[in-house]
Amino acid sequence: MPALPDLFAQALNGLSYGVLLFLLSVGLTLIFGMLDVVNLAHGSFYMLGAYAGLTLIATTGNFWLALVAAPLVVGGIGAVIERSCLRPLYRRQPLDQVLLTFGLIYLFEDLVKWIWGGRIRSIPAPDLFSGSVTVLGATVPSYRLFVIVFGLGMAVAVWLLIERTRLGSIIRAGVFDAEMTGGMGVNIHRVFTGVFAFGAALGGLSGVIAGPIQSAYPPMGASILIPALIVVVVGGLGSLKGSLVGSLIIGQAETFGKAWLPGASMLMIYLVMAAIVLLRPQGLFGRPLK
Amino acid sequence: MIARLAAFLVLLAAAAAFPLFAGKYPVTLLQEILIWGVFAMSLDLLMGYAGMVSFGHSAFFGVGGYVAALALTAYPGTLSALALPPLAAGLAALVIGFFSIRVSGVYFIMLTLAFSQMFYAVAFQAAWLGAEDGIVGVPRASVVGINLAQPMSFHLYLVALVALGALFLWRVVRSPFGHVLQGIHENESRMQAVGYAVNRYKLLAFVIAGMLAGVAGALYTQLVGSITPDAFLWTTSGEALLMVIIGGTGTLGGAVLGAGAFILLQSLVSSYTERWMLILGLTFILLVLFAPGGIVGALRGRVGLRA
Repeated sequence: MPALPDLFAQALNGLSYGVLLFLLSVGLTLIFGMLDVVNLAHGSFYMLGAYAGLTLIATTGNFWLALVAAPLVVGGIGAVIERSCLRPLYRRQPLDQVLLTFGLIYLFEDLVKWIWGGRIRSIPAPDLFSGSVTVLGATVPSYRLFVIVFGLGMAVAVWLLIERTRLGSIIRAGVFDAEMTGGMGVNIHRVFTGVFAFGAALGGLSGVIAGPIQSAYPPMGASILIPALIVVVVGGLGSLKGSLVGSLIIGQAETFGKAWLPGASMLMIYLVMAAIVLLRPQGLFGRPLK
Repeated sequence: MIARLAAFLVLLAAAAAFPLFAGKYPVTLLQEILIWGVFAMSLDLLMGYAGMVSFGHSAFFGVGGYVAALALTAYPGTLSALALPPLAAGLAALVIGFFSIRVSGVYFIMLTLAFSQMFYAVAFQAAWLGAEDGIVGVPRASVVGINLAQPMSFHLYLVALVALGALFLWRVVRSPFGHVLQGIHENESRMQAVGYAVNRYKLLAFVIAGMLAGVAGALYTQLVGSITPDAFLWTTSGEALLMVIIGGTGTLGGAVLGAGAFILLQSLVSSYTERWMLILGLTFILLVLFAPGGIVGALRGRVGLRA
């Protein structure tokens, strides 16, 4: 049994990873719930966020500016994708959208290689959080604590937006029944574009804050996609609460898997997923399957 | 019917005789196309006929490939090349299918995807599977009395297996079993109401498709002489899906056409430019947007062929 401070440090690592997954899976789950699209290119938004952040930090030297601007850029890209590529496909079978977003992965990954090159680029943490602090005997990079606090703050903000505003109630109605919501006089197409762009922007945000922890490299999007999809399966498709709880579970499973089962760490999150699917096929907070 | 059989035999003869008038590289390309063709056809049985869109078909390709690599290294022979890989892949399909067919649609896509990644995780980390490097130096054994180390024998063996796989699938989709699968695709609850044990049919289809994917994986290992964790990677499944879509779902033959188009496009574009992924990605996007029926669909529309 490892010492208590080590356990605590592991738990914090897991929490910061979980927070990144949450920002990513919110978009995935909302886009799925509302648009019925499994967006395989969601990991690409994460990658684009990291690289946009890299360039913005390199040119302006200001991490905080990048934190705001990079998600806006990625959100804009998301809006363009939704209008130009996905909208013509809504009336087709879901597979077409899956394949289209699969094509987008190739496109974005190669574009990033073209623009930024294929090697790993490290992104510096902001000066304010470049040191480390000791919490309960564990030494933790202060940037990780920032990621945790910031991410949890974003989780609260997203929750307030979805659950407590008029816009949020339109989005929830759209997730429940998009066609009916349109029938009630809401311009549902604009909401679709908005939700897609919002999800993309959160994915981009996740990429920016992941930068100083994981660096930026072109396949990063494809490799984060699977854990994010697992979060959505575990939490339940279309559920915000599920996305949060699922992220925290998968974040811990991943980190403790690495610490305790070094030979089979990658297996851990799949075992968690399999167990949950076996017990509750719809996920922890998903609507029961027909 | 006769015309189709004749066309099939002509194509088969042409594929078998290809090494007589083509160089080494085109022959390897053809062999790759045929292997991916079987893989894509087995996926088409699920997608195009049973209506089960699996994004985890790489699991069975990989299991077939790895079992062939392990078995052929230890006991080179017929059993290792022909029997064990499809059996192991079928077993894997039975387990994954058992869990996955409980859900459908997008959930099925995501579950199969996650299961196949689980195999990737194991292969990537297990020392006895060579971890990241995979298994290399797999010999081409003597199978059913034919020495596959000889290139032409290997080619004929590959063409024969692919042809058998295609004929088998063709029989399956035209059998009563195949018609039930198509019925499930059309209207699952009605088939249930009429009294078919829908889940048992779906599971059997999943296992058959898995076994054939295992055959493809084993052939791939024997072609290349090695297998790496990438065989399990979800992009392998995605590429097979693209092949089926490019060719036209629910046509079997389309899957092979799609495999051909994909592999030729990839080798053509990558020989001209480093940016092949970009061009490939764009091509797929345009295909999905503007040619939803795939190559076969476009041909039918043009020439007025019937289904």
